[in-house]
Amino acid sequence: MTVNLDQVEPLTLKGQIAVPYTWWVGEVGSKFLIALRDEAKIIGNRCTKCNTTYVPPRKNCGSCFTDIYEFVELGNEGIVSAHTVVRFKYPLQPVESPFAYALIRLDGADVGLVHIIKRDLDRLKNGVRVKAQFKDPSERTGHILDIDSFQII
Amino acid sequence: MARRVAIVGTGQTDHRSHRPDVNGREMIYEAVKRALDDCELSIHDIDAVVIGNMDHFESINYVDTWSVEGSGAVMKPIMKVTTGGTTGTSVAIAAYYHVASGLFDRVLAIGWEKNSESDTTAAIITCSDPIWDRFSYSGAIPSLATEASAYMKQYGATQEDAARVAVRDRTHALNNPHAHLRRPITVEDVMASPMLAYPIKLLDVCPRTDGAAAVVFAADGVAQKIAPKPAWIRACAVRHTYTWFGDVDYNAGLVSLQGASREAYQQAGIRNPAEDIDVAELYLPYSYAGLKWIEELGFCGPGEGPGFIQDGHTDMGGKIPVNPSGGVISTNCIGATALLRVAEAAGQVMGKASQRQVPDVEVALATGFGGCFWSDMVILGTVRP
Ligand SMILES: [Zn+2]
Repeated sequence: MTVNLDQVEPLTLKGQIAVPYTWWVGEVGSKFLIALRDEAKIIGNRCTKCNTTYVPPRKNCGSCFTDIYEFVELGNEGIVSAHTVVRFKYPLQPVESPFAYALIRLDGADVGLVHIIKRDLDRLKNGVRVKAQFKDPSERTGHILDIDSFQII
Repeated sequence: MARRVAIVGTGQTDHRSHRPDVNGREMIYEAVKRALDDCELSIHDIDAVVIGNMDHFESINYVDTWSVEGSGAVMKPIMKVTTGGTTGTSVAIAAYYHVASGLFDRVLAIGWEKNSESDTTAAIITCSDPIWDRFSYSGAIPSLATEASAYMKQYGATQEDAARVAVRDRTHALNNPHAHLRRPITVEDVMASPMLAYPIKLLDVCPRTDGAAAVVFAADGVAQKIAPKPAWIRACAVRHTYTWFGDVDYNAGLVSLQGASREAYQQAGIRNPAEDIDVAELYLPYSYAGLKWIEELGFCGPGEGPGFIQDGHTDMGGKIPVNPSGGVISTNCIGATALLRVAEAAGQVMGKASQRQVPDVEVALATGFGGCFWSDMVILGTVRP
């Protein structure tokens, strides 16, 4: 005998995965986050083989597959190279919409830093100059959002 | 027709309970660099990469793409393979398939885990069926405790018999500079350690480790140019069986390992395992496995495991040394654990196992174990098959 859905109630079971994680940032990434927290400075590092300046800094260059040693201090300003303005609301968003996700090419860097822009969204377009707005020292914890957001200059 | 394949280089991190100095990707980079240095290749010589870990242990669900900066797979074919505890042998065997297929000449296999980043048991229960097994029989310990109890009842094995396996592995680890736990223990220490779930005590089980391993596979004709003494793949076998934990017949033994070893021995022409195999790196996640599973492997007969261990046949200098590296009881970076067995076995065949080298190894055996009593097996040898 077979069972059909019209003869049996299709049950579901509710589940939720809540596994706590503690990710090690590593010594290179920690140096970057500590500079944000303690000095409100953005640092990158430069692969001396291909001359690429990365931000955030990383232990090795993926293309050259060699260690990177040379840290460089980057400016707190740069230009927006790509962006999108977010209009919908979702609990995991860093701030309430509307806001923009943007790739920011900091002065002296060869790759974009992904971050958010909260204000003056009507003036936002690719190529505009922006400046990092840091949180107050007491609110900074060594997190990428120690930079509160970038502001259009 | 499959091509012949050999391992030409291996690399591993110095395994620790925590690696605060590196994130997961950087830890992978460390193992890959060491493997490439071992066989004097550059990342540009590598044609493809196979990588694996347990997704829920770090909450990285796309390790293949996320890791490329560390794995060296920037703009290369890379494939993720994840099969729980057997992940490490699965990546090794998948890398073997890559090369044996004729499509790639030099393939890198990587296994890694940052166990310190999560709650291992909370993560591991996601391997159990969410409707039928997860609420009533979860985590690594219950099924192993059931297996151990059944074995003790069947053959009269004791807790002290099992403790000798833990003592052996921890003693062997003293020869391995990469091992995580490098302090010797005694049978008394094991017996006095806290009971987790009868008959398994704290020192009967593997630790949680941060670590990575990488192994380079190369095709016949290429391998000989890279390594003076490549470790040839003589056999691979995979037996994964699971849907219902309750379907396991705990009195029938580890049937996946029985099946895998039968096939692998046939491929490699092994008739008398304890005589024909010179060294074994076995995925023994807890001490009781070291009694029972050597019987499945045919090192000794059913119920003879405890005597075989007590007589020292699996010690360094014994008939068939088991786990010269210290094994899983000394180091357990889960996604890397079974690949470490393959890497260590390859090191033995290549004569590069330094202080833990068994003399004159011609044939070495590596196994993987995972999930609901799955088994993988790899046999390596000095002779081109
Ligand atoms: Zn570079």
